[in-house]
Amino acid sequence: MRTKLILSVIGTFWFIVVSQAQEISKGDVFIKNAHVITITNGLLEHTDVLVENGIISKIGSGLKEPKGVPVVDASGQFLMPGIIDAHSHLALEVINEASSPITAEVKMEDVIDPFDVGIYRALAGGTTVSHAMHGSANAIGGQNITLKHRYGTRDPDQLIMEEAPRTIKFALGENPIRVHGRGKNLQPRSRMGVEAVIRNGFEEALQYKAAWEDWNASEKGKEKPQIPPVYNSRLETLVDILEGEIIIHCHSYRADEIYMLIKVCQAYGIDKIVFSHVNEGFKVAPELAKYTMGASVFADWWAYKFEVYYSTAYNAAILTKNGVVTSINSDSDELIRHLYHEAAKTQRYGGLTDDEALALITINPAKQLGIDKLVGSIEVGKQADLVLFDKHPLSIYAIPQMTWVDGVKYFDREKDASDQRLKVDPEETLEPIFLHTEHHNCMRDVDFYFTGFGRNLFGHSH
Amino acid sequence: MWISILQDLAEIFSATVTKQSFYRPMMKKIIFSLLFIICLFKADLFAQIDGAVVKPYKADFLLQNARVVTVTHGILENTDLLIKDGKIAAIGQNLTPQNYTLVDCSGKSVYPGFIDSGTSLGLVEVNSLPETQDFMELGKLTPQMQALTAVNPNAVAIPVTRVSGVTTVLTQPRGGYFPGTAALIQLNGYTPDQMDAGFKAVIMNFPSAAKSGDYDSRSEETIQKEAEKKRDEIDEIWKKAANYLSIKEKGGQLKYYPEMEQLSRVLKKEIPLFIEVNAAKDILTALEWVKEKDLEVVFTGVAEGWKVAEKLAASKIPVITGPVLTLPGRASDKYDVAYTNAAALHKAGVKLALRTQDTENVRNLPFHAGFAAAYGLGVEAALKSITINAAEIFKVADRLGSLEVGKNATLFIADGDPFEPKTQVEQVFINGYRIPMTNRHIRLYQEFLDREMKPAE
Repeated sequence: MRTKLILSVIGTFWFIVVSQAQEISKGDVFIKNAHVITITNGLLEHTDVLVENGIISKIGSGLKEPKGVPVVDASGQFLMPGIIDAHSHLALEVINEASSPITAEVKMEDVIDPFDVGIYRALAGGTTVSHAMHGSANAIGGQNITLKHRYGTRDPDQLIMEEAPRTIKFALGENPIRVHGRGKNLQPRSRMGVEAVIRNGFEEALQYKAAWEDWNASEKGKEKPQIPPVYNSRLETLVDILEGEIIIHCHSYRADEIYMLIKVCQAYGIDKIVFSHVNEGFKVAPELAKYTMGASVFADWWAYKFEVYYSTAYNAAILTKNGVVTSINSDSDELIRHLYHEAAKTQRYGGLTDDEALALITINPAKQLGIDKLVGSIEVGKQADLVLFDKHPLSIYAIPQMTWVDGVKYFDREKDASDQRLKVDPEETLEPIFLHTEHHNCMRDVDFYFTGFGRNLFGHSH
Repeated sequence: MWISILQDLAEIFSATVTKQSFYRPMMKKIIFSLLFIICLFKADLFAQIDGAVVKPYKADFLLQNARVVTVTHGILENTDLLIKDGKIAAIGQNLTPQNYTLVDCSGKSVYPGFIDSGTSLGLVEVNSLPETQDFMELGKLTPQMQALTAVNPNAVAIPVTRVSGVTTVLTQPRGGYFPGTAALIQLNGYTPDQMDAGFKAVIMNFPSAAKSGDYDSRSEETIQKEAEKKRDEIDEIWKKAANYLSIKEKGGQLKYYPEMEQLSRVLKKEIPLFIEVNAAKDILTALEWVKEKDLEVVFTGVAEGWKVAEKLAASKIPVITGPVLTLPGRASDKYDVAYTNAAALHKAGVKLALRTQDTENVRNLPFHAGFAAAYGLGVEAALKSITINAAEIFKVADRLGSLEVGKNATLFIADGDPFEPKTQVEQVFINGYRIPMTNRHIRLYQEFLDREMKPAE
């Protein structure tokens, strides 16, 4: 009896601890008199924004200051929605499972590193949501995870944006060819092989699905097959893609391979696909506009490898003007700190308007991640992911001042302490210094890359 | 029209060739076809190639009514600037137009061309392809290797860079202790000599006693020992060079020894030594190392300069720092140290220039400067760090780095603040050459913005 009581007390305590650990903190804040860049409803001058329990509850001028809610006087400052990065590898312990041209079964949610100080640095650049992606070693890579930058938690699960739909990484061109074809003498050895690998994967998934359907149907009848199909998480995932439950985010560069995958997707009835990097997307902009969920590009990266030699910094502008849902991503722990500046480059290269340029890092990536009903603009009812700039965010002189996720302030420039690490390795006597190392890491964890040969070949690795 | 003329001609020919009416239609056809082919061929000779090339060209240009940002003598409103024989011939109000090509600059600003003080531009075409990498030689001691030799005047990145107003860059070799000799180049010319902007420096990578990145699993002790060993090696090389020089100066016979020949020029201060050094404690060691020697020295990189800014300032050694848009060196660093480093150095009194350390995106130099400006450097100092300061460090301030009469006409016209991404750079001049405001990025934009667009009539 006594033991039972103790056990139940411990059990209750455990439950409380666990449930508290899983509680995601949400905040209240009243931001007064800002230039509010709503993204979906233009620029509102001298406007107040009230956040209650992590949700934007009121937007208007001369709102009454609520009691007990922290007030931020934002006079003369610019408030915009938290920046969303549709292609990142931030806060991941590993990036590539380069063991097979298809590794749809692996999940980035299993390798989230909440201690990555890069999360704080991203917040200091106004980025509140990032799409933590598998690398580009495989034609069909692992399943990605959409993160909210709730820096400070030691619980990886608290970084996950639970409402976000599932996504998966695909990769075309040089990287899967190099890793499997050239590195291991396995298909794909060429862009023909990349198509074949993907088609074979889908066909196998269809057979797998049919086998299970047969088995499930036959169970009800009398003639039962001898052995049920073998459960296969890789093929399960591919079936989910075919059934529209997962959004594909495909690393791609050349127009031909982009066009190839559009056709493959059409053949299998897939319409949830976003192309990432897409340096030559501008060449097939009408097709991207018609058949896909858009393109997520760099502002100006090019010439780091042959497949991006024929690029243009006008890519985002051409895509936008052709009606493609376009975003600008980082693929880099460095760029993620100034995506607002990357977006601004589309004004030099193609003359996008302020609204068009800022959509590239807010509502458009939200659409591509399937979270545009929740974040990506300042609207009543949306999650209060916000960033306050001292100047217009597209100006080179703009400095992010405060960043909120779910109404909780995670960055405040005035209160910024120098060391923001959550943990320090006790055995580390000498802190390493990284000097202008390459920040791009789409090909991290690919052994071949770290051989002398590989390193020379691929100084830039995404 | 011309087809009917051909038909008539064929008629006449066939009539003369044969009087027999039986053959006439066939003959007519044959002759018509022949004439048709000849005419096609003829037409081809004139119109086989579509479009016109836009080339740099030299002329006398009068930039009228501009906001002239001289850098050294303030900002002059409503001012004219005359470009003649490749030089800035006059700056003043209401200059007489004469026979100059007039450029209306109302509402526009004129800036001196920007200088990137550390790049690989021209030495690399595609970063990942070894066939196109020409910045590194074999061996640790190759100071005689000339970057200028390997500069490809037709690198696609050159026109991509210069339309941003970046007209002049230091392009440098990488690798070992002494990877080679960097060259200042201007981004126009058909040969390396035409691009030569008249400055060279021997590059040295100072041995680091810092732990470098994730893959460095060495113990603190090992790191220290290895750095000391490398410094000893360098000191040996230095002694050898001094020896070489003294023999040479005494008229002794010397075998062909290009490494020592080049280093002896450094010892004689004929050519400066650019020392790449970044970690704070390496900077202090380098300051000690330099103190014992009578050299002309510039420190480059200097990522942790903010930690030792006072000592750097006291040494009077100029610093080329950057990239600005980069991550902090250490996980414990404040998030913005790379943005604020330039400001910290400037405030301590260090003479400062900026670099991107880039190849294909050297065009971002104004944005690096803009970030440094925003994070404490200020617009004026940031502007100097990519114009006059760089020119002074490279000893070309008599020709570059500001808008002054007598200097090279290496400048650009912009519709606003060139640090702002929104601003358009409208016209670039390099040594008086009007630079075509096009490149592959722009041509792809023109072709693909609207795939179905018909050419203007």
